[in-house]
Amino acid sequence: MGILLSLVMGAWPAIEKYGLGFLTSSTWDPVKNDYGGLVMIYGTVSTSLIALLIAVPVSFGIALFLTELSPAWLKRPLGTAIELLAAVPSIVYGMWGLLVFGPILAKYVQQPLQAAFSGVPVIGALVSGPPVGIGILSAGIILAIMIIPFIASVMRDVFEVTPPLLKESAYALGATTWEVMWKVVLPYTKAGVVGGIMLGLGRAIGETMAITFVIGNMNQLDSISLFQAANSITSALANEFAEAGEGLHQASLIYLGLVLFFITFIVLSFSKLLLSQLKKSEGTAS
Amino acid sequence: MSAVLKSTSAQLVEKQNNEATRLAKFAKRKLVNRIALVLSLGAMLFGLFWLAWILWETLRLGLAGLSIAAFTQMTPPPNEVGGLANALWGSFLMVMLAACIGTPIGIMAGIYLAEYGSKSRLASVTRFVNDILLSAPSIVIGLFVYAVVVTRFKSFSGMAGVLALALIVIPVVIRTTENMLSLVPAGLREAAYALGSPKWKVILSITLRASRAGVVTGILLAVARISGETAPLLFTALSNQFWTSNLGEPMASLPVTIFKFAMSPYENWQQLAWAGVLIITVAVLGLNILARVLTRNKQ
Repeated sequence: MGILLSLVMGAWPAIEKYGLGFLTSSTWDPVKNDYGGLVMIYGTVSTSLIALLIAVPVSFGIALFLTELSPAWLKRPLGTAIELLAAVPSIVYGMWGLLVFGPILAKYVQQPLQAAFSGVPVIGALVSGPPVGIGILSAGIILAIMIIPFIASVMRDVFEVTPPLLKESAYALGATTWEVMWKVVLPYTKAGVVGGIMLGLGRAIGETMAITFVIGNMNQLDSISLFQAANSITSALANEFAEAGEGLHQASLIYLGLVLFFITFIVLSFSKLLLSQLKKSEGTAS
Repeated sequence: MSAVLKSTSAQLVEKQNNEATRLAKFAKRKLVNRIALVLSLGAMLFGLFWLAWILWETLRLGLAGLSIAAFTQMTPPPNEVGGLANALWGSFLMVMLAACIGTPIGIMAGIYLAEYGSKSRLASVTRFVNDILLSAPSIVIGLFVYAVVVTRFKSFSGMAGVLALALIVIPVVIRTTENMLSLVPAGLREAAYALGSPKWKVILSITLRASRAGVVTGILLAVARISGETAPLLFTALSNQFWTSNLGEPMASLPVTIFKFAMSPYENWQQLAWAGVLIITVAVLGLNILARVLTRNKQ
């Protein structure tokens, strides 16, 4: 509560001046002292969506592997390895992404994609722009790697609470492992799985350092290209805040932080609600 | 007679057809299953692949930049020889102080949640707020400390950094303490009560002692997490080129120094940044593994 209050106070000059129009204006010009948050909000949302798109199926596969396929002696070390992926500090991801992963992505993925799709209407626009390996796409991929362990471990945990009786009955009827997973376990743990995905989304939205390294920090919204350098709420804060003078610039940045806090708050509350529902139904079932 | 025969043979054909379609269906289901399982194995390998790649690059590039000077000299200006000593010291100081502030508060709040007010209204509100704080973006915590501390004292300071880190430690410790305490079997508590011991004594010497390993794990994980945190330090502790132990001044820290150096075009700064990344990764992963070993022994 204190956090919320102090942020609102810090952002007050900006809130007073722009109101909700701040969220839809895409100018960000410290020189003319005119600010709007659309570019950053777009960057945050698009990178998080790319991350989810990659991370959700992969996490599901990992959770499936860990609960159903893996031999018992491998379960623990593999689970630990995936969780260690979550423990690696985000600055390490950032530096690795900027100096190692970015150039490789540019050379082996972006350039061939551009060659293949140049001229094709929508996809051509998506892959236009300088293929230098920093931008929305690489930020999204690195975010995906960072949130996979969170989503996978929640999925694994909720898959493991599925009553064995349910699974065994399905197996006894001749169902394959995949069918048991898809038609028995997944429907049973739906709420928990969505909760886990939301948790990962919350992480992705709030992630700062890795994004700051690879997103390119450019305030533009000229094209929908995924290769274009952009900016996200967190990277704008990390880059500009220490240098911003008192006054409107700083207030606008704090306003952005407030928006970020608000978004994560909603996402996390939603995920908590879903996870607690799962717990409740567990209670009645047993 | 022949009519009957005909009908049975027709049934037989139909049955065979059914059998055939069923087998075909079964083959298809098996194929789908096979594909799904292979994909799942692929996902697992995909996850491990990134871990291995990141660790490998960190080791390779980090070892290249690592030298004795990295531990003994101050951060250099561009293109000069230097080390990370002041950043290491700053990180160490801030992390330790933050842990010292955060741990007692966290443990006490955890004890309250698990032992005293486990079902009260205040507890459920605290739990909710704690969960939000636990996963609030760390940069927002930095903003908060900036707004409350830095603007008031008109200067960036190590103390502000310590406060920001402590705010990250507290929810982690609260959560693990509460979880660990509620794992202690009620029978232990009741036995102690039956012997006439007061509540504070039961908590101190029975439940807290029984869950010691778990609580220590929580603290270790919290320390591991804040050692790698950069975002909340960017505009609280800022950075400093020189050795300082004065908490009133801006203070260098390893993650912020890495950030500054890695984004720079200077060769020697980038090399030092890789050395720093290696140090931080080893420290954080080491703490994580230590924490895991502790809990495993308990189980």
